[in-house]
Amino acid sequence: MELIFERSRKGKIGGTLPLWDPGKEVRLDPKYARSRDAELPCVSEPEVVRHFTRLSQMNFGVDSHFYPLGSCTMKYNPKFTEKIAALEEFTSLHPLQPQLIKGEKLAQGALEIIYNLEKALSEITGMAAFTTQPMAGAHGELTGVMLIAAYHKHNGSKKRYVLIPDSGHGTNPASAAIAGYEVISVPSDKNGVMDMDVYRKSLSDEVAGVMLTCPNTLGLFNPHIKEITDLAHKAGALMYYDGANLNAIMGKARPGDLGFDVVHINLHKTFATPHGGGGPGAGPVGVSEKLEKFLPIARVVRNLEGEFSLDYDRPLSVGYVAPFYGNFGVLLKAYAYILLLGKEGLIEASENAVLNANYLKCRLAGTYDIPYGENSLHEFVISASRQAEKGVRALDIAKALIDKGIHPPTVYFPLIVKEAMMVEPTETESRETLDRFVDIMKELAELAETSPEKFKEFPRNSPVGRVDEVKAAKDMDLAYFPHEDN
Amino acid sequence: MGYIPHSKQDRIEMLEVLGITSGNMEDLFSGIPKDLRARSFDLPTGMSEFEVDKYLRKLARKNAVGLTSFVGGGFYDHYTPAAIDAVVSRSEFYTAYTPYQPEASQGTLQAIYEYQSCICRLTEMEVSNASLYDGGTALYEAAMMAIRITGRNRIIMDGGVNPIYRKMMYSYTNNLSIEFVEVDVCHGQADRDAIKSCLNDKTAAVIMQNPNFFGAIDDHTDVSAMCREKGALVIESVYPVSLGVLKTPREMGVDIVTGEGQSLGIPLSFGGPYLGFIASKKEFVRKMPGRIVGASIDTKGRRAFVLTLQTREQHIRRDKATSNICSNQALCALRALVYMCLTGRGGLKKVAKLCMERAEYAKSKLGSIKGVEVKTSSPTFNEFVIKLPCDPNDVIGKLIEKGIAAGFPLERYYPELKDHLLVAVTEKRTREEIDTYAKELEAALWN
Amino acid sequence: MNLKELKYTKDHEWVKLQGEEAVIGITDHAQSELGDITFIDLPRLGQKVKQSDGIATIESVKAASEVYSPVSGEVFSVNDTLVDAPETVNTSPYEDGWICKISVSGAKELDGLMDHAGYEEYLRELK
Repeated sequence: MELIFERSRKGKIGGTLPLWDPGKEVRLDPKYARSRDAELPCVSEPEVVRHFTRLSQMNFGVDSHFYPLGSCTMKYNPKFTEKIAALEEFTSLHPLQPQLIKGEKLAQGALEIIYNLEKALSEITGMAAFTTQPMAGAHGELTGVMLIAAYHKHNGSKKRYVLIPDSGHGTNPASAAIAGYEVISVPSDKNGVMDMDVYRKSLSDEVAGVMLTCPNTLGLFNPHIKEITDLAHKAGALMYYDGANLNAIMGKARPGDLGFDVVHINLHKTFATPHGGGGPGAGPVGVSEKLEKFLPIARVVRNLEGEFSLDYDRPLSVGYVAPFYGNFGVLLKAYAYILLLGKEGLIEASENAVLNANYLKCRLAGTYDIPYGENSLHEFVISASRQAEKGVRALDIAKALIDKGIHPPTVYFPLIVKEAMMVEPTETESRETLDRFVDIMKELAELAETSPEKFKEFPRNSPVGRVDEVKAAKDMDLAYFPHEDN
Repeated sequence: MGYIPHSKQDRIEMLEVLGITSGNMEDLFSGIPKDLRARSFDLPTGMSEFEVDKYLRKLARKNAVGLTSFVGGGFYDHYTPAAIDAVVSRSEFYTAYTPYQPEASQGTLQAIYEYQSCICRLTEMEVSNASLYDGGTALYEAAMMAIRITGRNRIIMDGGVNPIYRKMMYSYTNNLSIEFVEVDVCHGQADRDAIKSCLNDKTAAVIMQNPNFFGAIDDHTDVSAMCREKGALVIESVYPVSLGVLKTPREMGVDIVTGEGQSLGIPLSFGGPYLGFIASKKEFVRKMPGRIVGASIDTKGRRAFVLTLQTREQHIRRDKATSNICSNQALCALRALVYMCLTGRGGLKKVAKLCMERAEYAKSKLGSIKGVEVKTSSPTFNEFVIKLPCDPNDVIGKLIEKGIAAGFPLERYYPELKDHLLVAVTEKRTREEIDTYAKELEAALWN
Repeated sequence: MNLKELKYTKDHEWVKLQGEEAVIGITDHAQSELGDITFIDLPRLGQKVKQSDGIATIESVKAASEVYSPVSGEVFSVNDTLVDAPETVNTSPYEDGWICKISVSGAKELDGLMDHAGYEEYLRELK
């Protein structure tokens, strides 16, 4: 499909602008002015709309396709939450408004939403307090590690390391490293959970924290989790919970009860806010009582009259991780979702997420290897190693699924499983969809046996076939430049 | 309630397939020991869509809206054309995931490539990434990039850089050994002598902002030259709408550009989601954080877009990644892209000119009020500083009652500027609104 | 290139000593693990290195790997053809795909490295 720049023709105009009676035209001193106009496209509004509408038709979205991406929780995005978030009383609110004198009175509704969301998330996770500032999950992880660092600094302890299981998501070690720590990777045992012996040996008084997700990336709930958190605390380390898999355990278990000190939640996963093709999300962070004083500035507080205000008087705070209160537009959608589902709805969501995943796992067990399948909760990892022996790799199966109108599961993660395909159906998929997925996966396994060479052609029905990634990396064509325009 | 498509019968049958004949969903969780169960889960019961709608609308009405806004500070009340909402609410865009499978995501990928291209054309830089969370984290990422590129660890920040961004910078780097030096502005613009005296061969970068927090515009070409002499990089944080008319970072010799894209068709939304952008010279691309989309071809030779240079990113490099960023603000970048396409070459220039013209008009109206002093030591774009004969907060309170948000008191971040107010004017402000503002300000001061 | 004349490290680098000079590259196993190589961050001329220091980074589409110097010394020659044709390391890891040459200050260090038979054994163990 053509680029918008290829459609552009001089003289075409898009939007309309407000009029102004001329009066005196203001001249900009040439030394401050740009010498050439910005070479933005010249297109009319109908052309713009058609261009982007046609682009959208080349995408898979949850609304149109089954999207069992493990670790992403691609559940249905409620349309009601979109409608609420679009209300002008929310979208037009300037973030500096509360910082004007008596300004908080101008944003009581918004402040109440942030306050209530923090309280709800605290109850859901068993933590003492939350911050809504982190603007994505990875951002939440960084904030969490910063909080851990602040805690140790305050206590005068010198810590160097963060322990992370080898099955952890890449953002875990990246966040720890960015925050100034060295990462020690702890291997998983034959059951797919962290090796306890190596873990015990790795704990020292130089370890600042341990980053885990539970259930882990294999969908397994580690029954020794309390032992893990106790051991860490004894060694003077704090426990960090990566909330990516929270959808498995809402109402059943809470990281706070399990001994975690810091938690981040992905609102765009568990709380159904849209993924947007790669953002915006939100990654609020919850802490235990002892870390509350380090939370980012400012915090929403409520007085006895039920009025909300912002508390900037926080001398031990880690500071600002966001310019204001986080991605309010996303927080609002998550809050609406929690209000809609309520206690029973959230529990039901987790129960059905686990039901759907186990149902798929059970029906696919004969056809594919599922190395750590016992007791997995809301997601499970297939190893396509059996098929790989015939020359059909996880990547090939993924491409075949695209032809069948199904977005592939997450491939090649976690790193500890060969030819991994991580499947997370979520609770918003019907049995019919799940059955169809099973049928297709069985069909593909069959094809891998009889005609493995066919897989190299997939996908054939999509707007583009397999893309030459080597060429992309070598050519580095990362922008379309004016000299290439009409 | 939870958007779950199963009937009761479905559940029972599916449980049976799993060998659970009790029909009890609880049995799925037998692997979680009893003593590890949630100690409480005390949330209110769910509500119907209608009830939640009523409740949230009530909360919405507790926010003051419809104020005529003269507040900026890096975040502006610009007009958002309706076509942007229409495009962005297509569910193929907003319910899609990160485009890791290019064959299923050409829509998102091409849009990001076009966005990257527009940012490059706007700033005249050579390469842009797919976006970052906001202007503040973008600035921090640029500083880290400069540190990686030069191998040095000293950063000079101009006092005109958004104070909130400077606070974010300190928060992020608290646990790292980086030296920061702040240089106050001189008559609203960058103090060249002070910067020169701070520059040494340990300096990784000098961070500037144009227009700066006070609304002052400048030509930083000489600062770039100073930095180049010492082997330091120049990072400039910019206001995209102003680039409709202002000298570009490339023309000024800047190495890395960052900024807040909120003014490109993204609602103010009480603090987010926003859009951080970062662009640089091509030689620095491998040190750039975040996602980048590249053009290539598919097996049939058709043009195809794909996430590229992923070896910089967290999912491959893990602890050696250039950043821990996993997502970009794809949907916000899409908004900005559609905005830039709709306003286009001539349009963005017009928006910028309108903002300037209205701001100059506001300056003359406010400046003619007794006791109000408009700071004119440096030229401005659409934001300027006025000095009042009293505490701005008194005046602000009175004007809010008249439905006007008069501006932002600088004392909040610059304690030495106690009686100064930052006033922003966009293309949305009409002559009547500005006249009313001036009239009410005068009344608030002298009645 | 006679592979039996080379010495090997646990990180899959090879080194060929010619008098006071050492030629360095990565093994066939390493290039195969990386996949199609798209970029190589080469060392600087004159760069002084100690044994095990990182001297280069090799990037493919899906991975990025450090190359560690098998010996101490100073880099006096760098294979510039790899700038435009990094894939040479894939097609000819032991010949045209050499990475750099180092004037060696600690020839004895090579004694601690594996010979060809030892490296083959090491590869078998890894499987």
